[in-house]
Order: sequence, then C-alpha cells, then structure tokens
Amino acid sequence: MPIPKIQTIESKTVVIPIENIDTDQIIPARFLKTTSMEGLGEGLFCDWRYNADGSPKPDFVLNQPQAKGAEILVAGDNFGCGSSREHAPWALKQYGFKAVISSSFADIFRGNSLKNGLLPVIVPADIHAELLRWPGIQIKIDLASQTVTLPGGRTIEFPIDPFAKHCLLEGVDELGYIQQQEAAIAAYEAKRV
Amino acid sequence: MSTNGRPRTTAEKIWDNHVVAERPGAPSLIYIDLHLCHEVTTPQAFSTLRARGLKVRRPDLTVATMDHSTPTTSRELPLLMDPAGSAQLQQLEDNCKEFGIRLYNLKSDKQGIVHVVGPELGMTQPGMTIVCGDSHTATHGAFGALAFGIGTSQVGHVLATQCLLQVPSKPYEIRVDGALRNGVTAKDIILAVIAKIGIGGGTECVFEYTGSAIRALSMEERMTICNMSIEGGARAGLVAPDDTTYQYMAGREFAPKGAGWDAALARWKQLPTDEGAVYAKQLILNADQLEPMITFGTNPGMGIPVSGKIPTPESMVDLQARADLEKALKYMDLQPGRPMAGHPINVVFVGSCTNSRISDLRAAAAIMKGRKVSPTVRMLVVPGSMQVRQQAVAEGLDKIFRDSGAEFREAGCSMCLAMNGDQLEPGEYSVSTSNRNFEGRQGKGGRTFLASPLTAAASAVTGVVTDARSL
Repeated sequence: MPIPKIQTIESKTVVIPIENIDTDQIIPARFLKTTSMEGLGEGLFCDWRYNADGSPKPDFVLNQPQAKGAEILVAGDNFGCGSSREHAPWALKQYGFKAVISSSFADIFRGNSLKNGLLPVIVPADIHAELLRWPGIQIKIDLASQTVTLPGGRTIEFPIDPFAKHCLLEGVDELGYIQQQEAAIAAYEAKRV
Repeated sequence: MSTNGRPRTTAEKIWDNHVVAERPGAPSLIYIDLHLCHEVTTPQAFSTLRARGLKVRRPDLTVATMDHSTPTTSRELPLLMDPAGSAQLQQLEDNCKEFGIRLYNLKSDKQGIVHVVGPELGMTQPGMTIVCGDSHTATHGAFGALAFGIGTSQVGHVLATQCLLQVPSKPYEIRVDGALRNGVTAKDIILAVIAKIGIGGGTECVFEYTGSAIRALSMEERMTICNMSIEGGARAGLVAPDDTTYQYMAGREFAPKGAGWDAALARWKQLPTDEGAVYAKQLILNADQLEPMITFGTNPGMGIPVSGKIPTPESMVDLQARADLEKALKYMDLQPGRPMAGHPINVVFVGSCTNSRISDLRAAAAIMKGRKVSPTVRMLVVPGSMQVRQQAVAEGLDKIFRDSGAEFREAGCSMCLAMNGDQLEPGEYSVSTSNRNFEGRQGKGGRTFLASPLTAAASAVTGVVTDARSL
C-alpha cells in the first residue's frame, strides 16, 4: 500500500493542552478487537469525548463547533506514549487529523505516524507554548521546507528524519523499498549463524 | 563488524551484528532473529501480505501466541461471550495456519503472554534482535537481547522480509549499586527509576541496566525491570548476559544443545559492554536507599514510596507539571498531602507481562498463606503462561490463593488492559502488579496503583494500600 503523499497542510488548530497523552487515551484497548483498520475514528479519545451513556461531553474540545474541520492537533509534551498500537495514528487519521504538533513524541508513536501519513511536528518549547495558548489559529505546515508558518508570517523549522520525509513527499512504500534489497538480505542470511 | 577497536556497549554490538545493508539517506536495514506475534497487532499485517501475494519469509523465526483478548476464565466456556475477541483469536488461528507459523493457542499447554512464553521456552537468547507488535517487548532485553516493540506496519515488514529499517538508539546507563533491603523488589527498582527520570526520560534511548544490584537479580527479576523500559520512554532496555543468564537458559526447549550450546556460549560471552564504552546518558541509584514503591497518579512516573505522602500541586514549580498533577489527582480522587498507605482499595491484580512469573506468584503466595483476602477486596491471580500455571499448581500455590479467597485464573494479559472481560468498574481502586496506570487502562473509570506482588498481596489482606513489611 503506497502511503498518501504529504506536501502542505493548511488548517486551523485544535488544542489539547495535556502532557503525556498516552495511546490508551487516543484509542482505548477495547477498540483493538478489530481485524481491520477501519472504524477507529469514532473511538478517538473516546473516554474524554463521550459520557457513559454515549452522549458527547460538551466541555471536550473535539465536541465544540470550533474544532470542526481542523486537520492539525496541538498537544502537550511526549504525545503518544505507552502502547505500540498503530491503531492510535489510524484513529487520528480517520478522524481527520493530518498532523500533530508537540514539543516531543514517544518513539513508537512517531514511527507509526510517519508510516501512515500523519505528520508528527516537533517545535521548540516557546513556540509550543504559544500554539497551546492560541487554539484555532490558522497555520501552514510545509513538509518540503520543513516549516510551520504562523498567522503573522513567521516561520519555524521542524526536524524530520530525511528518509521519512522522502517517503512522505514521494509516497514511497517502505515495504517495497525493503524488498528491493533482497540481494543484501539473502547474503546476510547465507552468513548468519 | 565495524568494531575498529572502539569500545562498544552490548546494544551497539548486537546492532553491528545485525546490519544487513546501509544506504545513504536511509536508516540501516536490520535483520530480526525472532518475531513474536499475538492476536491484536497482527491481523492487518497479514492482510497486507495477502493483498500483495507475499509469503512469510521466515516462519521458522516467527512464533505466535494468544494473550491480549484472551479470556482467563475457564477454557471450557464458549468464547461466544465476546464475538469480536473470538473473531480476532480465530483470525490468528487462520493466519498462522495459512502462513505456516507455530501458534500456542488456547488448547496448548504452552500458551501464555508473549513476553513470558518466549523466555521460558528458551526462544529468547542473548545477542538476538527480537521484535513484537507490543511495547513491552523490551522484557526480552533481560537476556542481553535487543528487543523492542513495533507497530503493525513494521510487523508486516518483518513478516515479509525478516528486516526492519531502523536508526540506532542512544545508550543510556541505569546503574543500580548496592543491595536491596528485605521486602524491596525488582518492581520497586523500576518504579523508582521511572519516578526519577519521568515517562519521557528515555525517549530515543536504549537502557542498559548495570551495577551490583542488577547483577544480583534473577532472570525473572531482570525481566520485570526490562519490561517497564517503555514506561521510562525507552523502546528497549537490556542487561548484559552473565552466568545467571546462561544457567537460566540451559536445557530449555529451544535453547541450543550440545556443541551448539558451547558455540553459542562463546558468542554470548562477547556481548557484555566493553570497558570504556561511552553512554549518552547515565542515572545512578543506590539500592540500599530504595523503598517499596507505588504509583498514585495516571502515569507510571507518578510513583512514591508506599510509606510516602501524595504530592501537593502547590509544591510543583512548573505550571504544566502542576496542572498535570491536579488532573491526575482529580481522576484518581485523591487528596494531596495524605499518606498512600491506608487508602482503601477494591481489587488486587497479580499478573501481566511485568509480574506473572513463578517467582511473582511465590512472593504473593508467601503473603497469602494462612491469610484471607479482605472481604471488601476481589483478588485475581493470573499466571503469565500455562507453564507458569502448571508449576504453581505443582507447588500448591493455587490452593493457597483459593483458600485465601483469591481467584486463580488461566494464562493471559487479563486485567492489565481490559480487553478480555477482566476489568475494573468505574471508580474502583486496584493495586496491580501490571505496568500502566493510565486513565481507564484497567477499565473505563478504573483507578490503578502500580506496585510489586508483595505490596499487592499485602494490600489484598488488609483492604487498604499496605507495605508488606508491616504485616
């Protein structure tokens, strides 16, 4: 499956100003009893989004009108910690997010996101604090130049693994890329103890 | 091997031994020696293989078991109670059959939690690269293996090619010197480490646990520590192999035998970190000063001694940290400044890939022997594997637990993650030997205190959070 290409993402932001949001909050384990990738968007942040009777919690940001249509989530430090479940980026993508901005991400979540066309954007602490303070602002993320452009026109660079960037810009299929190295794999296996 | 005479850490040696290819502008291609599979994170990967007409490249290096959505009540009961979970188990059964993968299913006497089964059958070996679609794969690092959790996309990559694209992690030494005091366990070491560095402290790192206190630990205790490396933010954690490792491995089903054993032993003895190897980060703890630990909050870094007091938000200088503590205490419905010991609880869970091995069950049974579970508490004892369960029965531990009023279950992940029928009710408090206390982790609205099997069992007896040394 070729992953969808990413060039630029222009959207207002939704802010969840909480640190250490773990993948159990992003998608609770009870939604993991699926054998497909579909239908996970409804479970996104389920226990923060809905009451026990299934009614939406009005004070949770994703239930508020200003969140509608937003494609960029700004969240607290160390986003995506905990379980390795790839269902977390699947749920965020299916809900409609294309990028998450934080001051840091947990390793496995970041890797899983990059493989699914969900862009994890790491910004410096001062910029992160500004973004957390001003929910709903319109920003632009440009992958090729690795920049976030704020409403006033100020741009901030963000780091990304060069190979992951190449894959996202070109829609490179990572499994296909590994398969191209069959000769090296076979050679390794031949000398493997 | 790119040694060049430079002193290397254990993790760096394993890495160097597994580089298949290096291409400019791309991560290294790394060979995987053992791929462990379970029902929850593999179905979509098998679907990818099927859609592309691919085979599993090395079914001989791939092993599957059922654990996450697996009921731990009687195996005779129909699984129809949970159609979605049953469908997932059936899917794993079908996938393993179609792709030729060895599976320990619910009828097998070797079924169990993936991170308990691999080591006890001798599949987990020093110097290996080991992956699984599960963040607690670091458990296998206890054997001096480079073991880490991967997502489902990468599960597909390994199934199809036995390889992964990876960048190396930074070596982070966690040295624990001295000797543990009576009643202080491996679980208390790792909870103290995480409380110290925070749950993001090991991001981009691989922990290497060193020092005399680590060397003195059994393999099962080392597994408990390595298991929770991810709770400190590291994808992997390991202990360099030594005689304790080799003694544990000898004679196990999949361990090398005869001349193969001698050759393997010679290779394994090359693995310990070289004198003068450089770590990117270091933490030093003194085992003599450690206390039994317990978490009070909603992440594993929110831990204090069982004898300690719940922190007050006013004591936090950092405003974000203060807000996070307030949020955690609100969810946990705890009063800042109050002692943890004596807080009433509803459930005790002894189990999970962290603390469900025979030594954990023995520790809990030693407390329960001749005592009763408090009438206000429900206690679940869930062996990590059917092999552990058999051993516990052979030693009469099942009788001790049942006589005390505890439930003694079949093997599985059980209440660690609330997707198999075992879970907390909203508002309930548990003392759990598992690894995560996130909001709702053990059931929607449930509240988890993480602790050692000793603390868990002692709390089951009294009905309140209890330091086992005070019984």
